[in-house]
Amino acid sequence: MSEREIMEYDVVVVGAGPAGLACAIRLKQLQPDAMVAVIEKSAEIGAHILSGAVIEPGPLDELLPGWRDKPPPVCVPVARDEFWYLTATGRRRLPTPPQQNNHGNFIVSLGALCGWLAPQAEALGVDIFPGYSASGIHFTADGAVGGVIIGDMGVSRDGTPKDTYMQGIEIHAPTTVLSEGCRGHLSKQLIKRFKLTENAQPQTYGVGMKELWRVQPGKSQPGLVQHTLGWPLDSATYGGSFIYHLDKDRIALGFVTGLDYADPEFTPFEAFQQMKHHPMVKDLLEGGEILSAGARALVEGGYQALPRAEMPGALLIGDAAGLLNVPKIKGTHQAMRSGMLAAEHLAEQSTASGFDARLKSSAIVSELHKVRNIRPGFYKGLWRGLITAAIETITAGKLPRTLTLHADHTALAKVTEYTSPDRHWGARELPPRDRLASVYFAATEHDEDQPVHLQILEPDICTSRCTQEYNNPCTRFCPASVYEMVEDADGQRLQINAANCVHCKTCDIKDPYQIINWVTPEGGSGPNYQNL
Amino acid sequence: MKILVGIKRVVDYNVRVRVLPDGSGVDTEGVKMSVNPFDEIALEEALRLREAGKASEVIVVSAGGDECQQQLRTGLAMGADRAIQIKTDGPLQPLSAARALLKVTEREQPGLVILGKQAIDDDNNQTGQMLAALWNRPQATFASEVVLDGEKATVTREVDAGLETIEVDLPAVVTVDLRLNEPRFVKLPDIMKAKRKPLDVLPLEELGVAVENDLAINTYSPPPQRQKGIMVETTEQLVQELKNRGLL
Amino acid sequence: MSKILIVAEHDGQQLNLSTAKCVSCAQKIGGDVDIAVLGQNVDGVAAQAAAIGGISRVITVSADHLEHPLAANWAPEITTLAADYSHVLAPSTTFGKDLMPRVAALAGVNQFSDVMEVLDERTFTRPIYAGNAIIKVSAAAGSLVAMTVRTASWQAAAGEGQASIEARDASHADSGHTRYVGLKSEGGERPDLQSAPMVVSGGRALGSEENFSIIYQLADKLGAGVGASRAAVDAGYVPNDMQVGQTGKIIAPDLYWAFGISGAIQHITGIKDAGTIVAVNKDAEAPIFEVADIGLVGDLFTVIPELEQLLD
Repeated sequence: MSEREIMEYDVVVVGAGPAGLACAIRLKQLQPDAMVAVIEKSAEIGAHILSGAVIEPGPLDELLPGWRDKPPPVCVPVARDEFWYLTATGRRRLPTPPQQNNHGNFIVSLGALCGWLAPQAEALGVDIFPGYSASGIHFTADGAVGGVIIGDMGVSRDGTPKDTYMQGIEIHAPTTVLSEGCRGHLSKQLIKRFKLTENAQPQTYGVGMKELWRVQPGKSQPGLVQHTLGWPLDSATYGGSFIYHLDKDRIALGFVTGLDYADPEFTPFEAFQQMKHHPMVKDLLEGGEILSAGARALVEGGYQALPRAEMPGALLIGDAAGLLNVPKIKGTHQAMRSGMLAAEHLAEQSTASGFDARLKSSAIVSELHKVRNIRPGFYKGLWRGLITAAIETITAGKLPRTLTLHADHTALAKVTEYTSPDRHWGARELPPRDRLASVYFAATEHDEDQPVHLQILEPDICTSRCTQEYNNPCTRFCPASVYEMVEDADGQRLQINAANCVHCKTCDIKDPYQIINWVTPEGGSGPNYQNL
Repeated sequence: MKILVGIKRVVDYNVRVRVLPDGSGVDTEGVKMSVNPFDEIALEEALRLREAGKASEVIVVSAGGDECQQQLRTGLAMGADRAIQIKTDGPLQPLSAARALLKVTEREQPGLVILGKQAIDDDNNQTGQMLAALWNRPQATFASEVVLDGEKATVTREVDAGLETIEVDLPAVVTVDLRLNEPRFVKLPDIMKAKRKPLDVLPLEELGVAVENDLAINTYSPPPQRQKGIMVETTEQLVQELKNRGLL
Repeated sequence: MSKILIVAEHDGQQLNLSTAKCVSCAQKIGGDVDIAVLGQNVDGVAAQAAAIGGISRVITVSADHLEHPLAANWAPEITTLAADYSHVLAPSTTFGKDLMPRVAALAGVNQFSDVMEVLDERTFTRPIYAGNAIIKVSAAAGSLVAMTVRTASWQAAAGEGQASIEARDASHADSGHTRYVGLKSEGGERPDLQSAPMVVSGGRALGSEENFSIIYQLADKLGAGVGASRAAVDAGYVPNDMQVGQTGKIIAPDLYWAFGISGAIQHITGIKDAGTIVAVNKDAEAPIFEVADIGLVGDLFTVIPELEQLLD
């Protein structure tokens, strides 16, 4: 194999989400001469972005004053908030928690917003490269991060080069900014290598699934923001739904489940589909059609789980740095603010060093400190969680206590030790029929003749211990039907339908043995989300 | 010898195209746009011919608004030497597109014009043949192999009956099919180089071509859904049913 | 009233069935329908064309340089003939797709590609975006209507005609710049999956690469092409180039057999334009039955041997 070609930049940003793009834009605003590259694995900017999303406009006002005159394609001002507690057939209105008061906020498609930010970054001179995976880290001689290695393309399933083989290049830069979002695979490696979570509690996660619908004319009330708790989850499982009413008869709805659930038989996707059949939601959707669908894991650990956001030659921002605010159900403002702060730091210091202290003393982290006990309060169930949330909200997090976190993959109970509660789930009629049909709406695409990008580190466990202990939960927690246990002539085996993968990273997080390693597939592969 | 390659900006083949509820068109809001995949194959073939020493220059040409410069830049990043945008606001039906290409052909005098057999948006499959007609030159459509030999080209065509081979004198128009080649990936540094390659803008009016879209598209509708048919109980019934329908 | 000219597709011996399909489309447009048979020594083909019901006249143009359907030579002849007509039609086969746009350009009009339906004599429907949308298109009054006819949308017109046959001389000389070299029929015993009129496909239910052989056997008995679902490909039973569906081949055979295929939307996308879909599956709830024209709930390992017996 020949020497890899090298391109040199001042800063290379991994991931063109709101954090990475805000960072690149701010850096060019402060230092027009800086050479900034943004690497993005999706074929088009925004195509791997999935979020609710109601956003606070503050960071956009700071970053791009005047943006309101040329807003992103999907952008509806929030008109009113509703917060509901659901039972299988009924509902009760709850007071909207103050963190969820969305007055002045906007419902957007975060994917479309990123697609709208990208040309503005390019206009400032940022080089954005969609369709390329940053698959590895380049380290300098002294062990610091020195840039990224772009994944090879045109490699066959067995690893041999195809006719179209193209060796990935290296992008070298004094600073690498990791904005891969939740559980990025480079961030994961670097967090481990540089022991960035040594003083933190385990990060915790949720998985969010989302569908964009076009409903019958008149059913959508543009600007209405609805959140629900309760059914279809049992009170021991953390999660809830969002229903955001957009313009043009469109509704974005989704469901988030904490990945610390214990029930090995639980299927988050099924919970989402059940939620759509609650009378309140079903009425809305009936007669409509799905435009787009997908899933993505999100960080929930908050303050206690924050990694050190710097290492020699690199820094972490956005969800890669664990900055999402769970009680607000928002991460975009945190992502953008942290990206901008990173840019300001780099413009002044030209080094990653010192960024962590700057981040930790910023409003970004103090916002998380205030709400640090709310999410772990739900470890004891929905009702005690709500009480904790009320206390922590009233005291603004000033009580001298900090609840501890547990790692999600350790939360799963063994099949012999757990009996699934009756969740009162019923038959379904609304599409999609199953996860495979849902994947169709994600328009996910991977060249099937490429190495499987879901690496099973110890395959023997799958058909032995895991089957006995957990009944192969990967076949349930994956929202895209990537994992299947197949019984054929050779006996039982795990089949990995890698081409279905929507890059949500749930498997990497929830697998109880931590033997699933998600790596980047060939650049340009993955979902092709439209307006998610 | 120069090779001219026509490329069209189209909705990416991964996008599930959806008709708007009012039937006025298809929903293109926020959808990914790409180089028409058949045109990518056309460009790949041109680049291979140049790399084999059979051509000296590869020029990509597209007709459309400034947004099609994105696809021209992709063509340049793949390896084309320069690009021409025929600037026009609205859509061009194939005859106008062929007339515009003819003007560019007259200016550039290429030995070969290569295009995709059809664009995956309107699926017309006309422009290449029309250009050949207006230019009064040979056409070799559905190409699965192109061999250049001096002043002529031998082209294998994927026709319904099999593989047909024809020989054409140059200059000629070739339209390509899927199996001709597999286009290369774009090397990242080449994206940067492409930004510095020349891209000329030729307004359609300056070429003296009038937009003549003589076919009026009235409405768009989604395709009819397949309906559930009948269930039979036995294999005998199945065979009988197929015989009744003249299928066995 | 419309005067319609259909360009016959043939191989010098046999009239292609697609020509009779064009006749059905022409009859829907309404008016006088003539067929042009170009070639060299085409009396046999002309007689076949004249036998199609509802044809007024068959016009033959015979010349050495017209022996093979080279668009460069055929298009000027057709354009000259078309001067007497309001409509000129060819099938939407590789033959018609190659020829007709060249005719349309010489006549100075755009062409209607893949006409599915006739709404009136100047208004038609046709698919775009690989059939994911259908558009209604109309031509301005007065201009020649040039079209290719989507063969899958039309039945062949019946026989029993007795049209007159009129021979004309070629109006144009050999272009001189385009030469026919030869035709190689695509090899192998088994028809190509993409173009086979009948396809037999198998899914995950086959269970192994060895078991898949019963699909090949049945296909060979039927003279059908062989396909597979992605599940069968992913399981390693068959190579990827046999995959039918969204990420594989999009096919439109007259008859499609789905054995042990559940019918995920990704698979259906690849067969939505098939003429008739037959599904055999153990699972009565399998989504394939929602789109199958004929469904049979049963074990393919029982059904296929029964089928083979019945076909003997």
